[in-house]
Amino acid sequence: MNLPEALLYSPSHEWSKLDGDILTVGITDFAQDQLGDVVFVELPTVGTQVSARSAVAVVESVKTASDIYAPVSGEVTEVNSALTDAPETLNSDPYEEGWMFKLRVSGASELDKLLSAADYQKIAEAG
Amino acid sequence: MKRTSLFDQHLAAGARMVAFAGWEMPIQYASGIHQEHLAVRESAGLFDVSHMGEIEVTGPGALSFLRFATLNDPALLGPGRGQYSMLPNDRGGLIDDLYVYHTTPEDFLPDDYLVVCNASNREAVASHLTRLARDFDADVRDVSDDFGLLALQGPGAALLLGRVTDADVGGLKKNRTLAGTLLGCEVTFARTGYTGEDGFEIFCHPEDAPALWRTLTAAGAVPCGLGARDTLRLEAGFPLFGHELTPETNPRCTDFAWVVKDKPFYGREAIWSRTCTRQLVGLRLLQRGVARQGYRVLAPAAGEDELGDKIGEVTSGTISPLTRDGIAMAWIRKAYSEPGTEVAVEVRAQPLSAVVVKPPFY
Repeated sequence: MNLPEALLYSPSHEWSKLDGDILTVGITDFAQDQLGDVVFVELPTVGTQVSARSAVAVVESVKTASDIYAPVSGEVTEVNSALTDAPETLNSDPYEEGWMFKLRVSGASELDKLLSAADYQKIAEAG
Repeated sequence: MKRTSLFDQHLAAGARMVAFAGWEMPIQYASGIHQEHLAVRESAGLFDVSHMGEIEVTGPGALSFLRFATLNDPALLGPGRGQYSMLPNDRGGLIDDLYVYHTTPEDFLPDDYLVVCNASNREAVASHLTRLARDFDADVRDVSDDFGLLALQGPGAALLLGRVTDADVGGLKKNRTLAGTLLGCEVTFARTGYTGEDGFEIFCHPEDAPALWRTLTAAGAVPCGLGARDTLRLEAGFPLFGHELTPETNPRCTDFAWVVKDKPFYGREAIWSRTCTRQLVGLRLLQRGVARQGYRVLAPAAGEDELGDKIGEVTSGTISPLTRDGIAMAWIRKAYSEPGTEVAVEVRAQPLSAVVVKPPFY
């Protein structure tokens, strides 16, 4: 399982990367592997205010549809619209080209609740 | 949970195993469903379908019995031929869909007919046939455990298979069988399949299946799992029992009405007398999204922010790996079933535009 140390993780299998007050969010390598071939991605609308742990995007694989949750509260500032035409990028490059959306963080204290790679790995391995 | 004789080959090929109809089967291998799907459309893929049920029907009355029990007409089958068929219940619906083969003395298949059914319905099919056969001079026996079954599918299947067997597989016509050997193993080739492509199903002794699998994959066949089997059959517009076909669905209200031949058969009154208020159709989504089993099909909305009336339900859906459109099959009201009719599919509370099409979807 590829889990970059520099990222933060949510128990619902999103990764986050903080840069100033902008949080970039995607799904983990574990999540893409469990989902299998991703065929459709529904992204949030830029400008939307989202609250922590609310469902803001959908990833559909051949097998199933899966909600993607906002790791913290904030405003959606950017989405990776390239995924609309190439949803399989989530499988091939979940941490770089496969990023899903960016949030301007409003609930900074919520960042403390996100997990380290090691803690997330325990959750993922427990299934 | 049961395992086919190819279990170790699946693990060696990086399979992800799932529970399916009481069997532990590969849903996909390492490269994923998309790559497997394309391999079958472009070259050749290899499926383990050993879990499917095989039922022997033998005796002087075998033909008249099967003419009564099944919807297609096995009287049309000379030895060495097979036909798609269905097993009706007495309420105007189905117990399963089938392949019926008229076997030959040369092949190692049982005399006189071999019925291949879905793994999930093996017991139901065997017990139903056994019960009906009491009135005929015919014997029914579940011989599923005696056979391994491989499906080699794709435009490259004949060439690939011809390189590893002396049998004239290239000259074998669709829906016919041929006895032969592969690596010295006794097999029967059938030019049949469930993918929409040319291909073969290869009956073998279960203990021979691993060597055949290794040889065919070494010759270039791509291992394919149940995931690709489903996207391939759906893209081809083939029904799957439990989705499009059920104990409540009348096959005369589908594109497979040709299967139902005008002859006496079990449950005929219920199937024949009913008029179709619903029809099984193909849908192509005009907006991005994935229609899935159970999603509602709606009439076009009268205005914005409105939902049309429910006119039916999706039975299977996916994104076509070839065209990348959302595709689905659905039972909908007859009045909306003409190809070209615009409807909507409700995907997570959003009505997505769709059009009725006649499959295949590619």
